[in-house]
Amino acid sequence: MSSALLELEGVTARYGPVAALHGVSLRVGEGEAVAVLGANGAGKTTTLRAVSGTVRRGGSIVFDGKSIARRSPESIARGGIAHVPEGRGTLTELTVHENLRLGAYVRRDRKAIAEDEERVLGYFPRLGERGSQRAGTLSGGEQQMLALARALMLRPRLLLLDEPSLGLAPLVVAEIFRIVGELNEREGLAVLVVEQNAALALEASSRAYVLEVGKVALEGESAALRRDEAVRKSYLGY
Amino acid sequence: MLLAFDWTQLAQQIVIGLASGGVWATLAVALVLIYRSTGVVNFAQGEMAMFSTFIAWSLVDHGLSYWAAFLLTVAISFVGGVAIERAVIRPVERAPVLTVVIVTLGLFFLVNGAARWLWSPETRSLPNAFSTRPIEVAGVAFSIQDLGTIGVSLGAVALLWAFFRFTKLGLASRAAAVNPDASRLLGVRVSWMLALGWGLAAALGAVSGMLTAPALASFDQNLMQPVLLYAFAGAVLGGLDSPFGAVVGTLLLGVLINLVGTYVDWVGTSLRLPFALAVILGVLLVRPEGLFGHASARRV
Repeated sequence: MSSALLELEGVTARYGPVAALHGVSLRVGEGEAVAVLGANGAGKTTTLRAVSGTVRRGGSIVFDGKSIARRSPESIARGGIAHVPEGRGTLTELTVHENLRLGAYVRRDRKAIAEDEERVLGYFPRLGERGSQRAGTLSGGEQQMLALARALMLRPRLLLLDEPSLGLAPLVVAEIFRIVGELNEREGLAVLVVEQNAALALEASSRAYVLEVGKVALEGESAALRRDEAVRKSYLGY
Repeated sequence: MLLAFDWTQLAQQIVIGLASGGVWATLAVALVLIYRSTGVVNFAQGEMAMFSTFIAWSLVDHGLSYWAAFLLTVAISFVGGVAIERAVIRPVERAPVLTVVIVTLGLFFLVNGAARWLWSPETRSLPNAFSTRPIEVAGVAFSIQDLGTIGVSLGAVALLWAFFRFTKLGLASRAAAVNPDASRLLGVRVSWMLALGWGLAAALGAVSGMLTAPALASFDQNLMQPVLLYAFAGAVLGGLDSPFGAVVGTLLLGVLINLVGTYVDWVGTSLRLPFALAVILGVLLVRPEGLFGHASARRV
């Protein structure tokens, strides 16, 4: 088993008086792709938000050997965790190019940033063509690609992906998952992906967790979960 | 009456209008800056500008030249603006808009009171920033003071625009204003971007105050109250969320008010403020988003 890059233990989170996570424990190994499945309201999005520090949380969250449970979202991003949030977080009034530049905001190495922009645009050639266009004018699929490309500009060690398939056409979804898979395999980028579409998520990951009302109900190898009867019935629908 | 129309006078009145509009534009852009990042109009913006002007007066009083005092005051005001945001606005960063509005109203009285306490209420004056000689352009005499005022105020706004457009920090503060949550995830320290915005707004306000004062024979602690109203009217006209709109709106208003004041007898100088208020009312009724603003529909 690879060493843990991210380790959550007994993580709780709440929105005001409403508790959303009741002690979630999960781990993502170095260079591993891990999926989080579950019904609406199970706490998938909140789990990612707990990691990136955008929700009030408790418990232990260790990234790269250091506790990040009390750190701010800004400092967690600086530490190398890129979070593509629900709704993609597009800076709609800025251009595509400006969005990408902001992805590398915390970095100082100008030359490497320029190289990375070229490399990232290699994955998403369509964004290159739209460089000076306002990001808000992009289609949903393009905005999801921009969000992903922008996250890569951080040179993250861990990518948090929230429902990348939401509201997109199947072809676009397949394209996005293909690229994420490539990044994971080729560049060793660790990925923690939350997804409604369980079949897709299990295919793209090596391990997965199933959340139910704010707790881990089931975990295992993705391939094994795909054969699991309960998972099939509740999440895969066959 | 038509026969006696004097084109020279029209050109002169337009330039005079642009000069007042330019001064209002700097304060209007300051208002827009805060409005875009916090969603509130900073009612204390004018008083902060007045305070800056008094700082400039003190510096001049201690022997500095007008322009040395000008630059120093801009720097001091920037730091002061950042400090005010950290001390007064930061605690209410996540509070409802109304709370923040009340805080800026409180700030209005606080800054005004502080200026009255630090500087006795007697009137004072600043030296002229520019030569008072007229200059002839295409056969029409304009005042250098007016042209210089237009140049400095538009120059200050252009500098600010370049900062937002071409620097990484400027880009980050624009991002923080449009989508703070997403910006945080990119490592942008959103809260400090707000402070930066307050600093820049205060610096811009200082420019506005220091251009307003020398044009008057004397000034006191009420110096910027009418300017704030004109700036607000112009910003509403151009669109409160558009810096470009604020500049166009205030310049337009400056020219309009001056021309109406010159050519419509019963308006004269005494009805200028009510005219500005009428503009605010008219814009809000007919086109609430202003000439260049965005309708405040929200995507969910």
